[in-house]
Amino acid sequence: MPNIKINGKPLTVEEGTTILEAAKANNIKIPTLCYYPDLDIKSDCRVCSVEIVGQKGLKTACSEPVWDGMEIRTNSPRVLNARKVLTELILANHDANCTACEKNMNCELQTLANTLGIDENRFENVLEERPLDTANPSITRNPNRCIKCGRCVDVCKNVQGIHVLDNMGRSNEMEITPAYGKYLSDQECTFCGQCSSVCPVASITEKDKSDEVWEALHDEDKHVIVQVAPAVRVSLGEEMGARPGAIVTEKMVSALRSLGFDRVFDTDFTADLTILEEGHELLERVKEGGTLPMFTSCCPGWISFAEQQYPELLDNLSTCKSPQQMFGSLAKTYYAKKEDIDPEKLHVVSVMPCTAKKYEASREEMRVDGENPDVDTVLTTRELGKMVRQMGIDFDELEPSSFDDPFGITSGAAAIFGASGGVMEAALRTVSEVVNEEPLKQLDFEDVRGLEGIKEAEVELGGNTVRVAVAHSLSNARKLAEEVKQGDSPYAFIEIMACPGGCIGGGGQPYNTTNATRQERIDATYRVDSRMEIRQSHKNPVITTLYEEYLEAPLGERSHKLLHTHYQKRN
Amino acid sequence: MLEHKLLTERIDRINPLSIDDYLQAGGYEMLKKAIGMERIAIIEEIEKSKLRGRGGAAFPAHIKLMGIAKEEETVRYVVCNADEGEPGNFKDRYLMEHDPHQMIEGMVIAAYATRATKGYIYLRGEYDTAHSILSWTLDEARKHNYLGENILGSGFDFDIEIRSGAGSYVCGEEFALIESIEGKPGRTRVKPPFPTQVGLYGKPTLINNVETFSNFPHILRMGGEAFADIGTDSSSGTKLVSLSGNVANPGVYEVPFGVPIRDVIEKLGGGTADGRKIKMVQLGGASGPIIPEYMLDLTIDFDRFENFDSKTGAGAIIVMDERVDVFDVLKRIGEFFEHESCGKCTPCREGNLQLLKLVERFVERRASEKDLLNIETLSRVMHQTSLCGLGQSAPTAIFSTLQYFRDHYIDVIEHPQS
Ligand SMILES: Cc1cc2nc3c(=O)[nH]c(=O)nc-3n(C[C@H](O)[C@H](O)[C@H](O)COP(=O)(O)O)c2cc1C
Ligand code: SF4
Ligand code: SF4
Ligand code: SF4
Ligand code: SF4
Repeated sequence: MPNIKINGKPLTVEEGTTILEAAKANNIKIPTLCYYPDLDIKSDCRVCSVEIVGQKGLKTACSEPVWDGMEIRTNSPRVLNARKVLTELILANHDANCTACEKNMNCELQTLANTLGIDENRFENVLEERPLDTANPSITRNPNRCIKCGRCVDVCKNVQGIHVLDNMGRSNEMEITPAYGKYLSDQECTFCGQCSSVCPVASITEKDKSDEVWEALHDEDKHVIVQVAPAVRVSLGEEMGARPGAIVTEKMVSALRSLGFDRVFDTDFTADLTILEEGHELLERVKEGGTLPMFTSCCPGWISFAEQQYPELLDNLSTCKSPQQMFGSLAKTYYAKKEDIDPEKLHVVSVMPCTAKKYEASREEMRVDGENPDVDTVLTTRELGKMVRQMGIDFDELEPSSFDDPFGITSGAAAIFGASGGVMEAALRTVSEVVNEEPLKQLDFEDVRGLEGIKEAEVELGGNTVRVAVAHSLSNARKLAEEVKQGDSPYAFIEIMACPGGCIGGGGQPYNTTNATRQERIDATYRVDSRMEIRQSHKNPVITTLYEEYLEAPLGERSHKLLHTHYQKRN
Repeated sequence: MLEHKLLTERIDRINPLSIDDYLQAGGYEMLKKAIGMERIAIIEEIEKSKLRGRGGAAFPAHIKLMGIAKEEETVRYVVCNADEGEPGNFKDRYLMEHDPHQMIEGMVIAAYATRATKGYIYLRGEYDTAHSILSWTLDEARKHNYLGENILGSGFDFDIEIRSGAGSYVCGEEFALIESIEGKPGRTRVKPPFPTQVGLYGKPTLINNVETFSNFPHILRMGGEAFADIGTDSSSGTKLVSLSGNVANPGVYEVPFGVPIRDVIEKLGGGTADGRKIKMVQLGGASGPIIPEYMLDLTIDFDRFENFDSKTGAGAIIVMDERVDVFDVLKRIGEFFEHESCGKCTPCREGNLQLLKLVERFVERRASEKDLLNIETLSRVMHQTSLCGLGQSAPTAIFSTLQYFRDHYIDVIEHPQS
């Protein structure tokens, strides 16, 4: 193991590590901008430059491997001066209007400038203003704030395999823009928003809808209800300053009440409903010789990807709407009738870990009676955090409270929807029992859990061995879709989530999500599940009541109308 | 004797399009010799010759050869850098148009020594004549089995393909060049790994300049030690110089290392065309230092060039007379780099524009002490932190003028335009 010195301090570090990793392991902070854990080393911003004793130039800590005897200075006058100049150069081509910026106080560039003590920029501002890109229903791009770090290009191209964003042009005219066209909405964007979650500044952000929600909340005529996705309860805490993986379900419910929502409901309820509908759909396809393998359909990022890039596989997609949309359409029909509320005056808000859900809610098919949208406004976890802060709520001090009836009783199967493999596991917990007609001995399907890109399992169903698979991130999705297209997929049922790790790693989740934080949120998700009394969707008594009172049976006529949808080739 | 014709010896004696001429003048004999040698012995001969790269970075040639020879990967590439995008340089073109087989022979020797499987010539897009000549030359070499399968019965297969450059200066940088051959925009990659480890299509790749490859047959012919006797201790052999600017006889001259710059300009170039006094000379090209007339006794030597922290000493000498304004020159250079930066890294993408703005303040005689300070600081940071040689060397001309023409800067500050 190499012996090195950092700022005079002798250290023994792992062979093959970079200076940045070595410094991190020893609690020595080196600032970075383009570096992002788990992504490629780009070494573009040069902010992590350090001095190596005996060398003339500086080296970037993110890319430089250590060697025995290396002496590194991370904060010599030469280094600090260089960092300052580099940061001022970036700021001189940036719309640095921090107080009117959604990233104010949560911005890596601002923090860097602050740490370096920049109080004046020696360079002339050379920004040439470019128009904002706002036509995309999920994501807004502000090119005037882009610092060309390349993180978004990396996630879009390498993690998702989509390659909508790229570097165009050269020199100081180089821009990070959607390839070939000008606007994100003209491109094969899947709305997953992973770009927005890694952007260090406010250049790519979710399309903020908090104002629309405030307006509805302040409207006396409106009955405003909110649903919260499974993944939000294990991440909102982080957004409010707690450790990754903190479970904050009950404080979250209280926070939503304090914001003024008339009812606070749980999307977990319609996740349970999804399992009943989707589970029966799978069984019907198997029995009737329908199109197999069947793909899950709860992820709108994946649906867009399939509609754009695999139109030949649309019959393989489950026709089930996502839990978010099932909730919305039940709210505007069943719930409105039950509570005697005019559906026109009912405003349905959802809080999602997801930017693609904003797009999903805006789709033409996602409307009751062809007009009234199932879901009116979609917020991300981050936007909810923002609203809680705006209200001056002390999140930590909130008294816990529970979801409202009727959409508040849920199962552990629904709770795990947020983790990659969760929908598959939830489905298997129900389908196995329905088919095998005996109680499942083992509810945990460990094979489909975790961060591995593609996971597989075999299950016994009515005497047959059935193979299933789970993929997360769209580059992994492509691998499974390609197999199906070629006709050599060995699976009967495939779960796909567009975001790495599933929704717990969604594009609308708190900033600084890494594989390590994903794992914490996944662990928390399974903790939630293990503590639930009911852990299978078909055992949720309210679901049973709903079928008895209103829907009649899974895949029945009313289900069909309210809970199922169709797909079409796009672009 | 001021000139030392080694690489240019055959020029004007042979028809570049005639392989017979080349063969009669002893061509491809050294390839035959190489094929009879142990591969490692070829590299050792290069090592003894102390040959350093002629593309600008002056990196010892044998280290790259050895680096590739040691790699385990069996697919390896040899790439000839014929992009010659640095303003003021035209010696590679001269070699390719007048003695193209010499460079090809050098490439095949290098390929044989490193067991490379495929070669590319990355040729500057504008070099149409060189392109036709090289295509013809490669065909001729193939016909005579100096290229292709089982070269001269040795069991060694190797062929070369020409790739046209994408028309930007940065594509001459080795990783940008690799990206460009791969069909991607010309932007460099993070090092390490180096091209000899993970190069073209992810395989070990030897990249050398036209002039570097052209030296290989001569080293085998003379023996490494005899070659090392030419020139100076730190810089062996000869250097092709592209002489331009205000000179009576501009052109390419081959001189041994160690010759004073003044001799090249006055004895070979015949002094300025109009007899005016020389004010300054830029060495290497746009990325090289500008030195005043009184320093022309400096000799041509890689290590001398390095005193300016300038790596791209490809051998250009650009002569400027007393009428030329230092800041006008710096502005033109600044515009060049501001245009050519690939935009990948902060110091070069943002720095070149800021540097140009600062230079413009001096051109327009409205600069302050603070501008002087900023120009110095920014130049230093760009030099120290840029990702590739383009950004690192963009401020070289400024550095050198800050040193040798500092009085010009002070004069502007003290006598601003009112
Ligand atoms: C911006 C830039 C442009 C370059 N252009 C050229 C070029 O046109 N020709 C060349 O041979 N080397 C050029 N180089 C140097 C190459 O990166 C590389 O060092 C060289 O091809 C190696 O060959 P050599 O060792 O034979 O000199 C350039 C370097 C930089 C940074
Ligand atoms: S992106 Fe950051 S630095 Fe830029 S204006 Fe917003 S807060 Fe300020
Ligand atoms: S949009 Fe954001 S992530 Fe993308 S390059 Fe610009 S600053 Fe970086
Ligand atoms: S994985 Fe979840 S967060 Fe990501 S796009 Fe799909 S539904 Fe949204
Ligand atoms: S130094 Fe300039 S040319 Fe080189 S990588 Fe950086 S921006 Fe591109």
